[in-house]
Amino acid sequence: MALRWGRVLGAGAAVVAVGVAAAWFLTKPNPMPAETWNGRGEPDLARGEMLFWAGGCTGCHAAGGATGEEVKVMSGGLALTSPFGTFYVPNISPDPQAGIGEWTLAEFGNAMLRGVGREGEHLYPSFPYTSYARMSPEDINDLFGYLKTLPASGNVAPPHELSFPFNMRIALGGWKFLFFDDGPRVEFASADEKLQRGQFLVEGPGHCGECHTPRNALGGLQTAQWLAGGPNPEGEGRIPNITPGSRSVGSWSESDLVSYFQTGFTPDYDSVGGSMVEVQKNLAHLPQADLEAIAAYLKAVPAQE
Amino acid sequence: MRSMSLLAAAAAACLCLSTPAFSQEEPQVVRQNLMKEIGRSVGALGAIAKGEKPYDAAVVEQSLTTISTNIQAFPDQFPPGSEEGHETEALPAIWEKPDEFRAGAEKLHTEAQALLASMPADQAGVGAAMQRLGPVCSDCHETFRAKKQ
Repeated sequence: MALRWGRVLGAGAAVVAVGVAAAWFLTKPNPMPAETWNGRGEPDLARGEMLFWAGGCTGCHAAGGATGEEVKVMSGGLALTSPFGTFYVPNISPDPQAGIGEWTLAEFGNAMLRGVGREGEHLYPSFPYTSYARMSPEDINDLFGYLKTLPASGNVAPPHELSFPFNMRIALGGWKFLFFDDGPRVEFASADEKLQRGQFLVEGPGHCGECHTPRNALGGLQTAQWLAGGPNPEGEGRIPNITPGSRSVGSWSESDLVSYFQTGFTPDYDSVGGSMVEVQKNLAHLPQADLEAIAAYLKAVPAQE
Repeated sequence: MRSMSLLAAAAAACLCLSTPAFSQEEPQVVRQNLMKEIGRSVGALGAIAKGEKPYDAAVVEQSLTTISTNIQAFPDQFPPGSEEGHETEALPAIWEKPDEFRAGAEKLHTEAQALLASMPADQAGVGAAMQRLGPVCSDCHETFRAKKQ
């Protein structure tokens, strides 16, 4: 009898162990293969700078209210409020202690493309690796090279203040399993080079969908409503729909959009508002062809109500 | 220089007075009209920058002058008691941080003066001017003007 129960318990334990192992396998941090980063060569700094502006790094990683050249000091510290608690943006300046001065390309690449931190831990998706994952290893090498040319800052950002269970990083594995996907957000029947470039910029480094697409209760993007707008994840108000179905910007032409990205003026010459103020300042650094590609993409995505 | 800007201010005041829709000279209305004129001037520059209108040095100069003149008069139109009414979009921050508010207006004045001094010479130059003006507008609006919803 005791033997039989022992067998049952043993079998049960085995099933649980297999389940735990499977869950761990599906949700463990998943860095890029190490050879991804071998022999990448010298970064193209000009290309890295363009990715830096397209990625809007300054929006979160520069000190609040920074102007002029200060915006290139990636000191971190900005508080991002969310329904899950407050995230403090880390220092990504080249400072060896406070920043990422001693990080390897592989460590930086795993953060950007896989949401995996330097200690092999899951990173919170307040850092939009969910979009950046669409960048290539070459992009990462160039961007990393450019970031190293920026001024170092010794600022140490406070740790995140998150409520249970969101303070448990291990749970992020489950979140990634459900919501982390580096595939295209929109499938186009045919996409010319310009449209492909726009898709890369918007869905990848530009991470436009992180704010302009509504989220579910767990913070996952509701991808069926791609770029449909929704409540502001960082606080008051709403983020506008930017698809052709938008009541506010649906009627803007591609050249209206380009002009808005370059100058911050809407077609009726009001000024850009809200979080988009910082985004626009970053976009203004991009070449006109890239802004035209973004505009073309925004006109080609499915209209949302 | 001083008499020039006085003259321009007087001209702007005349323009305001000549519009019949005004309820006397309520500061809320005066400042709204100063800003509307700035908006129209930016619009004239924008039309050139976008190639909707041909480059016209006179239009560029006049537009930049209006921006410069009006923004200089603008911070004086917020006396106590004008915090509300006439659908004002003025935020309390204007009265809470008057120095920062004035500095914001001064920044646009300086920028417009610098552009007048170098005078954008073609469509691309006007486009570059718009790129310099835009962030100055949005920075100040973010802090001192009510959000539009």
